[in-house]
Amino acid sequence: MSGETQTLDTRDDIKLSNTQIAWRAAQDIEDGAYINLGIGFPEMVARYQPPGRQAIFHTENGILDFGEPPAAGEEDWDLINAGKKAVTVKPGAAFFHHADSFAMVRGGHLDVAILGAYQVAENGDLANWRVGSKGVPAVGGAMDLVHGAKQVFVITEHVTKDGKPKLVSKCTFPLTGVGCITRVYTSHAVIDIADGRFVLREKLAAMTIEELQAMTGAQLHVDGAVADLVVPAL
Amino acid sequence: MDKTIRTLTDAVSKVTDGATVMIGGFGGSGAPIELIHALIDNGPKNLTVINNNAGNGRIGIAAMIDAGMIAKMICSFPRSSDPRAFTDTYLAGKIELELVPQGTLAERIRAGGAGIPAFYTPTGYGTELAEGKPVAEFDGRQFVQERWLKADFAIVKAHLGDTHGNLTYRKAGRNFNPLMCMAATTTIAQVSQIVEPGDIDPEHVITPGIFVDAVVEVSNPQQEEELIRAGVAYAGGMSA
Repeated sequence: MSGETQTLDTRDDIKLSNTQIAWRAAQDIEDGAYINLGIGFPEMVARYQPPGRQAIFHTENGILDFGEPPAAGEEDWDLINAGKKAVTVKPGAAFFHHADSFAMVRGGHLDVAILGAYQVAENGDLANWRVGSKGVPAVGGAMDLVHGAKQVFVITEHVTKDGKPKLVSKCTFPLTGVGCITRVYTSHAVIDIADGRFVLREKLAAMTIEELQAMTGAQLHVDGAVADLVVPAL
Repeated sequence: MDKTIRTLTDAVSKVTDGATVMIGGFGGSGAPIELIHALIDNGPKNLTVINNNAGNGRIGIAAMIDAGMIAKMICSFPRSSDPRAFTDTYLAGKIELELVPQGTLAERIRAGGAGIPAFYTPTGYGTELAEGKPVAEFDGRQFVQERWLKADFAIVKAHLGDTHGNLTYRKAGRNFNPLMCMAATTTIAQVSQIVEPGDIDPEHVITPGIFVDAVVEVSNPQQEEELIRAGVAYAGGMSA
């Protein structure tokens, strides 16, 4: 965890915001790591790299080491990320075609991929690309990203908006990949997936394990110490 | 040797009804908007189009859909900031969709260009997109067999092109373009500038000219994103 002197969020009646979940995940990205952030919520992780660490960000459409969005009016529309947003490049960046880009993904060259989820199962299965058979299906690079990165993290609310568990014994939505997720950062906890089990590593101090278990659709295992999930007020 | 073609309309004149056409670009980045609009003016029907996406707004591939030219899309992500053209047509049952994970799409095209009829990938194993495909175990892991993709035509956007067809690209506009150049019987490239052989350092050539059949100059290419923001709809007859 970062040693920054920031105000810690000590409210005990709430869950982490999305920015706080992203902050927590960012603390586990090593200096020099090659990382792919999924479109949308996972992109937030880039904002919270601890001081002194610099990860190199990969985007599926062929850039390593892209940076912040340009100022409005300065966009170059040949220079976009996988979410089709304008970006800039840092010194030392590289461009490459799509087959090389996904060779980096499938070939095991990325250190971390971070994705959102509809559901994660205790065996590491992920469902994050569609919730039913209606509408227009679209998968993009999600099915590729879950295979090959050395670690595949999910960041997510612990439960759905109507209170249903997103961490489940078996996914009911269409799968993105089987047995692919290694760690889940939620609004309430940090949970590893090991040997087909959810292993609780951190939880909000204000909650008991029993309360967390009641929000979780599969057994939470304790294997060693469970630390407090502590994040700054963001 | 001179692969230069003077007009956009001539460049795409051989694309006829029922052809399979790869179109380069990822969203608007590297998308050959002018060649697509010339194709709309020529008006071939019943096309199978391969692209990462399925059009945006009322220009480019979306305008092809509006013009009723596309029977089938092979793509990874048929969504965009304004996906109405594809969405409405698909939900009306008037266009077929083959959805392919993005990395698998890229590798299928690469394989098509490289003469590799099939390969195994971990992507999609155990998902509905792998249903019906052969599966095999290698080193204790399960992999899905995917087949090559080839096309009659590839329509791509590059930056510099020499008269031999050697190409360079601009920033992330490279994306699928070099792969599609390899995988089509006939590859047509629009470039911002046509230069003489030798003007592109051989060390800097990204697509060697052997993969390219025709080069047409579009000196100030339009960006899809800017057309979308301006609310432009392609009305036809603007490519000559």
